[in-house]
Amino acid sequence: MNLDLLTIEEARGLVQSREVSATALTEAHLARIAEKDGEIGAFLTVTREPALAKAAAIDRLAEKGDPLPPLAGVPVALKDVLMTRGVRTTAGSKFLDHFVAPYDATAVSRLEAAGAISLGKLNCDEFAMGSSNENSAFKPVRNPRDTTRVPGGSSGGAAAAVAAGFAVATLGSDTGGSIRQPAAFCGVVGMLPTYGRVSRYGLIAFASSLDHVGPLTRTVKDAALLLEVIAGRDAQDSTSADVPVAAYSAECGRDVKGLRIGIPREYFAEGLDAEIRAAIERKLDALRGLGCEIVSVSLPHTEYAIPVYYIVATAEASANLARFDGVRYTSRAEHAKTLAEMYRLSRSEGFGAEVKRRILLGTYVLSAGYYDAYYRKAQQVRTLLTRDFQNVFTNVDAVITPVTPTAAFKLGEKTGDPMEMYLSDIYTVTANLVGVPGISLPCGTNKEGLPLGIQILGKHFDEATVLRLAHAVEQVK
Amino acid sequence: MATAANDVSTKYEAVIGLEVHVQLLTKTKIFCGCPNHFGSEPNSNVCPVCLGMPGALPVLNQQAVEFAVKASQALNLVVNETSIFARKNYFYPDLPKGYQISQFDKPLAERGWIEVTTAEGALKRIGITRLHMEEDAGKSMHEGFADSDAKTYVDLNRTGTPLAEIVSEPEISTPDEAWQYLTKLREIMLYTEVSDCNMEEGSLRCDANVSLRPRGQKALGTKVEVKNLNSFRFVKQALEYEIERQAEALGEGGTIQQETRLYNPGEGRTYTMRTKERAHDYRYFPEPDLLPLIVTAERQAAIRATLPELPEAKRARLIAEYGLSAGDAATLTATRERADLFETEAKLAKSPKRLANIVLSELQGRLKAAEIELEDSPVTLAGARLAADLVEEGKISSKILKELFDHAFEQKLDFPAIYEKEKPQQITDSAEIEKMIDEVIAASPKQVEQYKAGKTTMIGFFVGQIMKASKGKANPAVVNEILVKKLSE
Ligand SMILES: [Zn+2]
Repeated sequence: MNLDLLTIEEARGLVQSREVSATALTEAHLARIAEKDGEIGAFLTVTREPALAKAAAIDRLAEKGDPLPPLAGVPVALKDVLMTRGVRTTAGSKFLDHFVAPYDATAVSRLEAAGAISLGKLNCDEFAMGSSNENSAFKPVRNPRDTTRVPGGSSGGAAAAVAAGFAVATLGSDTGGSIRQPAAFCGVVGMLPTYGRVSRYGLIAFASSLDHVGPLTRTVKDAALLLEVIAGRDAQDSTSADVPVAAYSAECGRDVKGLRIGIPREYFAEGLDAEIRAAIERKLDALRGLGCEIVSVSLPHTEYAIPVYYIVATAEASANLARFDGVRYTSRAEHAKTLAEMYRLSRSEGFGAEVKRRILLGTYVLSAGYYDAYYRKAQQVRTLLTRDFQNVFTNVDAVITPVTPTAAFKLGEKTGDPMEMYLSDIYTVTANLVGVPGISLPCGTNKEGLPLGIQILGKHFDEATVLRLAHAVEQVK
Repeated sequence: MATAANDVSTKYEAVIGLEVHVQLLTKTKIFCGCPNHFGSEPNSNVCPVCLGMPGALPVLNQQAVEFAVKASQALNLVVNETSIFARKNYFYPDLPKGYQISQFDKPLAERGWIEVTTAEGALKRIGITRLHMEEDAGKSMHEGFADSDAKTYVDLNRTGTPLAEIVSEPEISTPDEAWQYLTKLREIMLYTEVSDCNMEEGSLRCDANVSLRPRGQKALGTKVEVKNLNSFRFVKQALEYEIERQAEALGEGGTIQQETRLYNPGEGRTYTMRTKERAHDYRYFPEPDLLPLIVTAERQAAIRATLPELPEAKRARLIAEYGLSAGDAATLTATRERADLFETEAKLAKSPKRLANIVLSELQGRLKAAEIELEDSPVTLAGARLAADLVEEGKISSKILKELFDHAFEQKLDFPAIYEKEKPQQITDSAEIEKMIDEVIAASPKQVEQYKAGKTTMIGFFVGQIMKASKGKANPAVVNEILVKKLSE
């Protein structure tokens, strides 16, 4: 059993046939974590006992020969921005260092109900703010493909855990590329479902109108299997949509002949790494060979996406993070003499530099006198970006773009320059602003052997086409 | 305060606006399933949503929407088909999310009015700018604990209680108009049953804005916000004080500082709470966790169909149907329950007008003296109806009626019970009554002459004399019948 390559289907098959027990599978992964995670830093909390208890329960089911739930015995792990009842949940922040969540996120309880075995909570940038996982208040994560490099962020732990063989699949969150970019850096699959497709209930909010929960896996089909479990209307999230959930895994392997694929020229302009461009073009050639029609399209407002994103995201974050005020949770400054001082000191001590930077930015763009120039204007441009996509999707079934301008960079390489760090999200933020689904999947390696990624974006709620096309891209060599 | 009130009103005109927060009487809170209940153990009616836990999300309570729409319609407001929730950002320990979910530039309803009567007796419509929905904050408790000098405790039971904030136009000119506006507003909330409007429990709260300007001037003066107005009486008193204070300051050539003042009811004065030098920037923006609130025309119509008859309409009808005075109608419609109860009994009564009279004279007088509400009265409206019927049928005199009412209140019994117990041994024997009449007629030759000369009102004199002779026990109907016969002989 090769833990690095095990898929959901294989893992479940082994457990169902009782070839390998869920307990043995869980033990093997826990052993791998114990052996290797000191170097990688993917986990913030390992939940050994509950995982083994759950595995034993699955094994009892398997012994009885009962049909097992869809993810029975599959070892998974969860980005630490997802609330997990009775388990420490930190969001990568000192503020929540000792915080034990009192309830489960909807996506988590759906995974649990499907028989998945959670091994623990995964490292991430503090409150999911970052592109390299270097903003974790606890420790950085190293890229398992090259430990001198970052795994991407903010779901760096979630991508690294899949790449390092610590879990068969993980759940991450994506506000501006936080699933797709680390997936590309670590050579795994990362899916951004349509906004409203997966409940945000229990996802510690960074930017509510941009936050998505999604899977990171080794294969496209695994992403489809996981999405089938976590997707669908949730009465506890008013923005979750009541749109039927298709059998996504059945889309994997379906013919892609006749699909029209748009290549937005703005995404292939200056600044894109030549090797990534070449790798994507090879995939496009292969798709042409499968009968896809590749057409050039334009998303003219793309250049505004990064500024619009940093206005909308930080504005929402400034309110979402106001609850971390020192009144509750674990971080209260001890020596404050007044209420104002308690807030100031608690927040100064509790938040890291990047989080403070974004709270300040967000507070600024919402302030009297600046709201119209920044926040309102950003929302108007967001509408234009949405229109760009609507126009393109009248003509094509999906869009293919790079995920990142470059392959994984070195630890410390960009920490001194926030603007350069922000620009590494240039190909991913628009999907969040528009709310369309997307996927990042491996697209070969560069000369240094680092993984490269390719991104497919689809129409709202058309994850089916995205996954069908992604599966075809994955299969062509 | 040296300035005389009428001096103030000749020189200056007050401009008053009121902001009223009404807690909606829903079963559960506005964004979660916790009970919306006052008086529970601190921090017991809470869940991740109303505690503002990370990851928790609001889901709008549709009963709260229904109540807010109902209140809007009853206040003559236009309900917007689309309204937007917004985050109002500020830090306070009893605000667990660090923002309050409210409505800002697109409120639920706009442009309504309440009618008041001016000092000159004219009807005047006070405009209502808007009604919007929002969540209540929790409660900070600074006092009452052993370590209160060092600590503040927070109770989050109230967090997430649905509120309707009702903002008036600055069109109120006197403290009395403000009092009337509030009284009518409360009455309407009670009639529509969207709130219990209990000011002691904080389910109705009021802040006032008041400024003065020289009569004839169009531009508004600097306004002062007055808080801590825990009863309508205090609103009136605080406004009276504030108007005089401002008039005095202006009269001496001074200026008014824009500020928030607290009313101290013990002293009848207002005090500076905070100046607006550092005005709050609430950084409102649309709440991304909630979709726009859509209340379609169909839904509005369905809710409108459930509106009860409102107090003004009910009063007009009672006056027309039962011949009540405006004052009597007002007393009998003070609450919807009272009005409904009265109407039920009035429909059964032999004379609704007589019932109204008895309620207002015999019942209300005694209730007032005993300082209890009609709802807690020993004599119910059904009991009063029996009394009215007995009088109407001439079975008891008004003297006996009064006695029975006294006894009912003393013994805390309803009227039928006391009547059964003390049913007057009425003299109905016509021979006995005839004998008394003969004696009275014989003793009053002058009055008989007057009667026969056409002064028929003299009949009252004879009845009085006979009742006196019978110690009120003669059956008035029998007395009347025989007396008329005898006098016409
Ligand atoms: Zn609650």
